[in-house]
Amino acid sequence: MSTERKDHAALSDIFNKDEARVDWHDETLWFVRAKRDKAAHNIPEWENLRETASQIKNNVLSDLHNYLVEFETHATNNGVTVHWAADAAEHNQIVHSILQKHKVDRLIKSKSMLTEECHLNEYLHKNGIDVIDTDLGERIVQLAKEPPSHIVLPCIHKKKEEIGELFHEHLGTPEGMADPQFLTAAAREHLRETFLTRRAAITGVNFAVAETGEFVVCTNEGNADMGAHLADVHIACMGIEKIIPKRKNLGVFLRLLTRSATGQPITTYSSHFKKPRPGQEMHIVLVDNGRTTQLSRPDFRNSLKCIRCAACMNTCPVYRRSGGHSYHTAVAGPIGSILAPNLDMREYADLPFASTLCGSCSNVCPVKINIHEQLYKWRQVIVKEGYADPKKKLAMKAMEFTLSSPFVYKNAGKAGRWFMKYAPFTVNNKLNLWYQQREMPAVPKESFGEWYKKNKKND
Amino acid sequence: MSGTKKIKRMTSREQILAKVLANQPNAQPLPADLSTAFPAANPLEAFATVLTNIGGNFVEVKDFNAIKDYISTHFAGQRIVSTLSELAELSEQGWENQDPHTYANVELAVINAHFGVAENAAVWITEDLMHQRAVPFICQQLAIVLSKNEIVQTMHDAYLKIGSAEYGFGSFIAGPSKTADIEQSLVLGAHGPKGMTIFVID
Repeated sequence: MSTERKDHAALSDIFNKDEARVDWHDETLWFVRAKRDKAAHNIPEWENLRETASQIKNNVLSDLHNYLVEFETHATNNGVTVHWAADAAEHNQIVHSILQKHKVDRLIKSKSMLTEECHLNEYLHKNGIDVIDTDLGERIVQLAKEPPSHIVLPCIHKKKEEIGELFHEHLGTPEGMADPQFLTAAAREHLRETFLTRRAAITGVNFAVAETGEFVVCTNEGNADMGAHLADVHIACMGIEKIIPKRKNLGVFLRLLTRSATGQPITTYSSHFKKPRPGQEMHIVLVDNGRTTQLSRPDFRNSLKCIRCAACMNTCPVYRRSGGHSYHTAVAGPIGSILAPNLDMREYADLPFASTLCGSCSNVCPVKINIHEQLYKWRQVIVKEGYADPKKKLAMKAMEFTLSSPFVYKNAGKAGRWFMKYAPFTVNNKLNLWYQQREMPAVPKESFGEWYKKNKKND
Repeated sequence: MSGTKKIKRMTSREQILAKVLANQPNAQPLPADLSTAFPAANPLEAFATVLTNIGGNFVEVKDFNAIKDYISTHFAGQRIVSTLSELAELSEQGWENQDPHTYANVELAVINAHFGVAENAAVWITEDLMHQRAVPFICQQLAIVLSKNEIVQTMHDAYLKIGSAEYGFGSFIAGPSKTADIEQSLVLGAHGPKGMTIFVID
């Protein structure tokens, strides 16, 4: 599933080979961002909502221990079995053991970025269990044997013609058919059959309420509900940071979530699961997988406030032009770039650099995570810990040498201008990364220093 | 075997909780509760507008006879189930206690909602009103009966109204099932109902 070890820049190069597609990707996501703006501007108290959501999440992180215990107590009293998983491996084992107990070898799953993070599908597949993703976008990337490229719009990188081809191959739709309405109807038929024949369903969790032990799952398609209400066993997987204190807090988050994500006033379904239905078994798996480590980092802990709306991705000038797969992690984009280095600083050392630090992500974040500041802080940590790209290190050293001596600085400028003027091939070549997508600037006759000296004399 | 497993799980639980306790920042207070700041002048009208925008069908009716007429006109001869005693004559009898899988070919399900929300056209429905959790999701078309006086302004008011009510399952449903996963083209009827009609009754 994972791409071979290439960094963000190398993976972006692959995506950027097809310029027309990049433009289309960029415009499509900007369209979603524009819808978000319209929805936000319709709410005069929007900023107050964001501030309140941010403070609720701050409170959650500051008292997470008690909230987790409170949630567990209430969920258990509601008849739900609560499991704790320290890491991805334990999460996968727990899910597997529940399925084994029920002798289930095929199941359905609605969207859960946590199970993507834990690579649950691959794990279950290796253990002979067939998983079908039921979110349309996720099903499409599953058929294409790719990971999702976006946490809300999993196949946003795919053109409808490619989806038509996939459906032709796997679902038997007519060749060349690429009409979204037709393809969605075909998927509906295929997945309805699946819903009716699977005995176990996995869902994610958007919010879990400590006060009541209930959890809320939001979808537009209704796939989480179709799965959960027909299955004998419902397993809900969640990161420990999904807790909110009280049921009434949902009012704040449900007002923000979908307006930030797609510009809708609310998802079609905001389902509150509290107790299993008679005869059904319900499980919740609470997963740490690095979250307690992130909680220990004062500069980065508030990334755990994220409600996974993807507004930061839709607005990001880098994400829109590099595609979700260039981030080589389950959660792409700006938020993914501050979550991933916590899990593996070496593997994801490139991600905090995949940003212009323009700050647009922080401005749209519904829970006010200072995303761009954290990206900047991660860069410093990564360089200090010795994980930075050696080319970058070398360039920085050269810069330090040049800038720390006025003599070297002056002569470096002169040399640069001379080479650009009389030997342009020395800079206008493939080795110069800057030149690859740009024309080099016209060579000035003199430096500012020289100009200033001359004009001061004439004064 | 199961004994050792249990011990291992206890260990993860304790480990996680200990790490959380050690790493969580100093106490930060919960903010004040929000309430509706900018109420719509006419919540019913706002509800109708949003519902139409999200692909729903708003039908204002005087009484149950009007609902019966509407359903007979639009769904004659199809499989209809309803949880409302007022619509018993239109509904299949004795459907409530079947295996939920058998509802896959229900054309129309008609159920009550507790209330609607003006800002997003969501209606709040709990398990007791569904009889079977699967019903509002598996039917091809969903119809909701909602009292005209039961429309609140925002989600803040919605949760005030729900308060500490007890339910096993409840859902806010806003419009028909939908997806825009293929090139952002909106398609109604992803997995659940292809259409949603809300009868608003006096």
